Amino acid sequence: MSKIYSSFLLALAAAGTLRAQVIVIQNANILPVTKPGFKGSVVIENGKIKEMGEKVVVPAGAQVIEANGQYLMPGIIDCHSHIAADAINEGSVSVSSMVGIEDVLNPTDISIYRGLAGGVTSSNILHGSANAIGGKCTLIKMRWGKSASEMVFEGAKPSIKFALGENPKRRGSAGSGPLQGSAGNLRYPATRMGVEDVIRQAFNDAKIYQAKWQEYNAKTAKGEVAIPPRRDLKLEPLVEVLESKRFVHAHSYRADEILMLLRVADDYGFKIRTLQHVLEGYKVAKEIAAHGAGASTFSDWWAYKVEAFDAIPYNAAILTKKGVLTSINSDSADVTRRLNTEAAKAVKYGGLTETEALALITINPAKQLAVESRVGSIEVGKDADLVLYDKHPLSSYAVAQKVLVDGNVYFDRMKDIEERGKKELVKKQMIDRAKEQERLQQKKMGPPPAGARRPA
Amino acid sequence: MRGLVTFVFALTPILGQAPPPVVAIRNARIVTVSGPAMAKGTVVVRNGLITEVGENVPAPADAWVVDGEGLTVYPGLVDAMGSIGIPEAAPAAAGGFSGGGGGRNAAGALPAPNQAGLPARGPEDRPLTSTWVRAADLVRGNERRVEALRNSGFTSAVSFPTGGIFTGQGAVINLAGENSSRMVLDNSAGQFVTLARGGFTAFPGSLMGTLAYIRQVFLDADHYKKAKELYAKAPQGLERPAYDRALEGVLESKRFLMPAVRGYEIDRMIRFAKEMGVPTMFYGLHEGYKAAPLLAKSGSTALVSLKWPEGARDRDPDDVDSMKDLELRENAPSTPAALAKAGVKFALYSDGSESVSRNIRRAIQKGLSTDDALRALTLTPAEIYGVADRIGSIEKGKIANLVVVKGDLFAERPQIQHVFVDGVRYDPPPPAAAAKPEVTQ
Repeated sequence: MSKIYSSFLLALAAAGTLRAQVIVIQNANILPVTKPGFKGSVVIENGKIKEMGEKVVVPAGAQVIEANGQYLMPGIIDCHSHIAADAINEGSVSVSSMVGIEDVLNPTDISIYRGLAGGVTSSNILHGSANAIGGKCTLIKMRWGKSASEMVFEGAKPSIKFALGENPKRRGSAGSGPLQGSAGNLRYPATRMGVEDVIRQAFNDAKIYQAKWQEYNAKTAKGEVAIPPRRDLKLEPLVEVLESKRFVHAHSYRADEILMLLRVADDYGFKIRTLQHVLEGYKVAKEIAAHGAGASTFSDWWAYKVEAFDAIPYNAAILTKKGVLTSINSDSADVTRRLNTEAAKAVKYGGLTETEALALITINPAKQLAVESRVGSIEVGKDADLVLYDKHPLSSYAVAQKVLVDGNVYFDRMKDIEERGKKELVKKQMIDRAKEQERLQQKKMGPPPAGARRPA
Repeated sequence: MRGLVTFVFALTPILGQAPPPVVAIRNARIVTVSGPAMAKGTVVVRNGLITEVGENVPAPADAWVVDGEGLTVYPGLVDAMGSIGIPEAAPAAAGGFSGGGGGRNAAGALPAPNQAGLPARGPEDRPLTSTWVRAADLVRGNERRVEALRNSGFTSAVSFPTGGIFTGQGAVINLAGENSSRMVLDNSAGQFVTLARGGFTAFPGSLMGTLAYIRQVFLDADHYKKAKELYAKAPQGLERPAYDRALEGVLESKRFLMPAVRGYEIDRMIRFAKEMGVPTMFYGLHEGYKAAPLLAKSGSTALVSLKWPEGARDRDPDDVDSMKDLELRENAPSTPAALAKAGVKFALYSDGSESVSRNIRRAIQKGLSTDDALRALTLTPAEIYGVADRIGSIEKGKIANLVVVKGDLFAERPQIQHVFVDGVRYDPPPPAAAAKPEVTQ
């Protein structure tokens, strides 16, 4: 009898934990981004925003987070990042579309937690810019502590990185490297003309490959015996680009090369989803808008190389006003922690409204990545990816207090501060044990032989 | 002249060239591994095989009898992975532009003919690949590591060619005999795969590139096989599939060994292997203590390196290691215990560690039972390589690979008296020869 009773209690407790998935954040200054701000509450159930308003009914058993007038905004989306991966560039070849970030995600990279602590809840992990056609990219949610596959933003459309300009035209040098003095290891291309040629040639190859499969499928449909074409992991993603099944995020700086890429895309009948960096985008904003490409730029970072000399801090504002869907990204494990400040600069330079500025790091990148039905704003039905700031997020004094992904608190500033001492102690004990182990070993084995020491 | 001949004959039992003598080890504790241990029993060895084992077995009249009082007989240990017996490769030839991975292949692989002199530009150039090379053709009994390993109780090893991404096919070998004809038990132990890279100017230049390359090779091998089958059925009117020795080597391999050390890497490689759809074993696994449930759930076979991670001996004493490294160093030796608990099939390999027995003891201190330790060094490696019908335990009819220890094999200073390989006795030098440690305060 008592056994049955206790299992009944256990079942009740389990139901209780289910109900604890309801969280209410109350008395917050809510900045939904897609709607005007208001003071009120948000109800989260099963990871989604269930209700929001000035007055909400707090469901029984809900966990209440008292915001005390702090600012709640949608989680920041970084459209260009290179964290959380064990490799970034496959620079050995000019077309490396066979490689992908998802293969090398590292969910233990501390940069994920640091980004999270800066309010970032989704991050687009791009291949590097070493080559004209780079590798496949992966959009992640910053679910710190979860496995690599659990971090992948489920259902996000696949994408690939392209790069123009100075990086992809670096051909190496004949005078250095393992093949000293030989031209054999020089990589093609060495000019911007060559970059265009590489992209065109790759899509020519992709079209031939696409046709081969179409021919084979037609043959087998008729019942003919045929050897199937070899699957080519380099060309498959490019066929997907041609068939609008994969987005292109293109690293670019100069106006001329931006126009070049838009022409190439038009010639082959595909779209550039976003131009990344796009520091001279303000010069060709109308053309970018006409193509339908988005722009993901820096706030005020320039002159770090020749092709970045003509950049201006008004870029994001001008692009926005000319009708280009624009976001501000970090491209850096450091800057990703303060994208809210980066967005604020667009208010000073170019006079965007506060909401427009916040959109640069929330709903706009969400649209660029085609996940705006899930994230990017505070709306009923969307994922509860939220940041609670102590000050208005566009203030340089704002510090993220709590960050939620799918309604789970993945970063809590107070908790983090509380645990620092404990973590220090654990580490110290571990160091002491390691020292003791080493001492015991030396005692048993004798000092290491002189030969074992490496020369200084 | 005659005297010289006699002298050579006198030495032959040690060199293992004449038929080995009949041996009976009597009144010894016998740890069979496949069955219960016997407190007092006899093992009879004839023609290199175990002919009798039991508690009431008489020693044959023609046998050389070892009094086993105070001795324990174990099956010879099996080093589950390495390159034992393969003479260390000469430095890569001048054309070794493939960089970090150790050149095209030290074990005899040549660059693809159309690419001679040029760095690899893609998967089609088959960079860092020598799938067709067989360790069985490379092993030598006089390789310097063979004797040292045998002296510590190992009678067999699984050796693989080194260098590259697909380095070649392994062999199960006995650690005695001059060359492959006597040493090799199985010449097809599987394909050794690493995640080597070519460098910035040669494909693959990154971990992503290497994984993409491996994926493309498996796709190509699959395609090659289908194309050849289709062509063999009716060659008329079909394009002839081009011969590809790299893919032939892949198709010859029954299993693939892939590396994973950190927990998230184990997760990554389990998913990767599943996607490739080939039988895979994972090696390294120092953070296996974190991924034991994952390995168990996926039904993976694990090869755990006994070279536990240590801080560099000459590091700056003021340097503070990262938490990740400290955790790994402290907990890596608990991996075998965690795997045993989770029910993962695992074997251990020496990985060139300085003191194999000390490193096994560290795993035992972290909770590994001595039975599980012994099994991971004998019958389990024999099973996973499909040679358990011949080695790995003390059973009638199996190859007479034995190690005879005064006391216990896992004692602080194990006193190995005799090692039998194919029934031939090899006695390690007495431990007294080792220098006494100086204790400095």
